Amino acid sequence: MKKDLKFFWKLFTSTFSLSAFTFGGGFVIVPLMRKKFVQELHWIEEEEMLDLTAIAQSSPGAIAVNAAILIGYRLAGFLGALITVVATVLPPLIILSIISVGYTAFRDSVIVNYVLKGMQAGVAAVIVDVVINMAQEIVKEKHALPIIVMVGAFIAACVFKVNVIYIVLACGIIGAFSVRKKNPAKEGEK
Amino acid sequence: MIYLQLFWSFFQVGLFSIGGGYAAMPIIQNQVVTQHGWLSMTEFADVITISQMTPGPISINSATFVGIRIAGIWGAVIATVGCVLPSCIIVLTLAFIYYKYRNLTLAQGILGGLRPAVVAMIASAGLAILVLAFWEGKPVSVNPQDLDWISIVLFSICLFVLRKWKSDPIIVMSGAGFVGLCAYYFLGR
Repeated sequence: MKKDLKFFWKLFTSTFSLSAFTFGGGFVIVPLMRKKFVQELHWIEEEEMLDLTAIAQSSPGAIAVNAAILIGYRLAGFLGALITVVATVLPPLIILSIISVGYTAFRDSVIVNYVLKGMQAGVAAVIVDVVINMAQEIVKEKHALPIIVMVGAFIAACVFKVNVIYIVLACGIIGAFSVRKKNPAKEGEK
Repeated sequence: MIYLQLFWSFFQVGLFSIGGGYAAMPIIQNQVVTQHGWLSMTEFADVITISQMTPGPISINSATFVGIRIAGIWGAVIATVGCVLPSCIIVLTLAFIYYKYRNLTLAQGILGGLRPAVVAMIASAGLAILVLAFWEGKPVSVNPQDLDWISIVLFSICLFVLRKWKSDPIIVMSGAGFVGLCAYYFLGR
């Protein structure tokens, strides 16, 4: 992958357009980033993307911004991170600046509401699509523990509304113990 | 110095909102409404509503909104920079550690535990949006009158298109927005 102007422009425009379409915040942008950078551009590997998501999730600040920083840094160091941060922040900055002028009209507009309702259904479909792909990857490996962790974490987050920080911590600890018990011989692999 | 105050306020918002999305809300409220009185509670509620209707994280949206009202466009820029800076510092540090140590067995184990958890949390967030889209924020019930059928049909078509042709999500979402406008406008609700 050549780090020329074309690459940086592509990085900027990709991140910018992703940010411009991240309605609903937080976790919505992650599936979109995965689709763009993993499946479409093949710049980042699947597992690495999940790791970066975990870091973005457990760091302070907006997940969208954190994930963008990580992707930028991974692809082109500090300059890359700078580009992706600016590209992520710019759409909300521009849109909110415009809206702040006549925001009551925007808030009460029927047309705007209809478009957004439609997009909400679209966003839900995108997330479900990505989740199906991701869950398939995990089930395909045919290890019991990751599947149990996935189902358990889902129930914890969805049914019991456990704070995501605790879920991340608990799953990290489970993962750490799983290697210590199972295969000490795995050291040095990869 | 208003710029410095804005910067410092939103620096704290960026630093203490862990868990993303709505986790930031009470912290922003504390800084912007309670401590500085930059917005009234009603205005703050409007910012949250607008945030849900527009792209971008709530923290960045409120930084822009508050900044521009208090000190114009530069206020918006400075508040946003303040909001993003803690993320930059902490995330870059973690990224550095991750790339340095990710091949260690222990790190492999931790990451192996986190990957399925991330999938689960994305699924959980997706479900929340699905419920919001289908029931419009009303309590979940099986009564067909409570369901937003346009949304359900739109969702099904989008999912089918995505699975079948692996289409670009941004095109699918824009299409859903346009079809949604037409459907709600002409068919009512």
